[in-house]
Amino acid sequence: MRPVKLALIDYGAGNLHSVHKALEYSGADVSITADPADAEGADALVLPGQGHFRQVMEAFLESGFEPVVRAHLAAERPFLGICVGLQLLMASSEEAPGVPGLGVLAGTVKRFPKGVSVPQMGWNQVFKTGDPALLAGIPDGAFVYFANSYYVDFSDESVSGTTTEYGGVRFKSAVSHGQLYATQFHPEKSQVVGLKVLANFCTLTRL
Amino acid sequence: MVFYDITATSEGRSAMLDIITRTAEMCFMPLTVGGGVRTLADFRTLFLAGADKVSINSGAVSNPQAVREAADHYGSQAVVFSIDAKKRANDSGWEVFVAGGRRATGLDVLEWAVRGQELGAGEIVLNSIDADGMKTGYDVEATKAVAQAVDIPVIASGGAGNALHMRDVLRDAEADAALAAGIFHSGQTTVGKVKQLLADAGVHVRLV
Repeated sequence: MRPVKLALIDYGAGNLHSVHKALEYSGADVSITADPADAEGADALVLPGQGHFRQVMEAFLESGFEPVVRAHLAAERPFLGICVGLQLLMASSEEAPGVPGLGVLAGTVKRFPKGVSVPQMGWNQVFKTGDPALLAGIPDGAFVYFANSYYVDFSDESVSGTTTEYGGVRFKSAVSHGQLYATQFHPEKSQVVGLKVLANFCTLTRL
Repeated sequence: MVFYDITATSEGRSAMLDIITRTAEMCFMPLTVGGGVRTLADFRTLFLAGADKVSINSGAVSNPQAVREAADHYGSQAVVFSIDAKKRANDSGWEVFVAGGRRATGLDVLEWAVRGQELGAGEIVLNSIDADGMKTGYDVEATKAVAQAVDIPVIASGGAGNALHMRDVLRDAEADAALAAGIFHSGQTTVGKVKQLLADAGVHVRLV
């Protein structure tokens, strides 16, 4: 079986070191690419993201990756978004009113309520909705690592994935819908559970 | 996991970078690195070596804009605002010290913590100079005052002698996390044992 070729999209939004190392550890043949042309032949795309929604979105549009990502998603090929890489898929974000998201998923990005310690910075639990392939083999209530002040609010809460509770809000912490996978948490920093998520993604990419 | 390069000399830095890189390759959890950070270029060097978060302390006092630049560039979640606090002799709160706790700044700890949040830091490490190394417990009073002054997470540091000290600061001081070094280095206890004790005491903690 040939190794899965993953393209880790480098569009200037933060630090790719951890996610690169964790994907390699999980058995992927992963290349960091800043050139959209390089990503076109990849089996799967990984879209990370850290920072302010506006800056991340602007960097993403400037990078020229948008058409490649849209075509990849339209062809229902394997895709993994991480943190703001998930949030970019939504219609909009309260962090940057007036800045449209990609609108691939129905819903918006909202801020945790006032009075809650933000960012949520640390370990929290995930509980499954449906039977998310991305989380196969991971028990309900497993802990993963979060670093977010904003969360995705899905129009359709029944989308397969996981939910997590923080600050009195129950939010979508992972999506596993067809070949579209995304996590609000950071699998690359979530030790054994996170590495299992990434290994699952590599396995699903081979199907 | 937190690395502090407490001397942070220029000749020592390259050895530290190598340790960061080797650690990041095999430890898939958030890695914070600090020591001698003054400019955006220092942040960049440590991120490129594999740090997930970079902690700034004295450098924030001399160059507060470095905090803002780093938060704009790498996101708040990657910027840790570290404060060394010492109780004032007249009991009127706490003063910020720099240069490894050797030099007073005249800054008030609570005001400085709020400033750190405004500059875009994603979390605060509050190290009590009075408690550090004493193993008699964290400075619950100072930690609670800072935790109530800001919205971002506060990590208590300095004074851990056992798991109950951690429970106290997490429960009574509203700290979001508790940092400890000496009790693990000495072999007195382990991370696993501490976490089990915390869980038994009702603290929401991930067991390993």
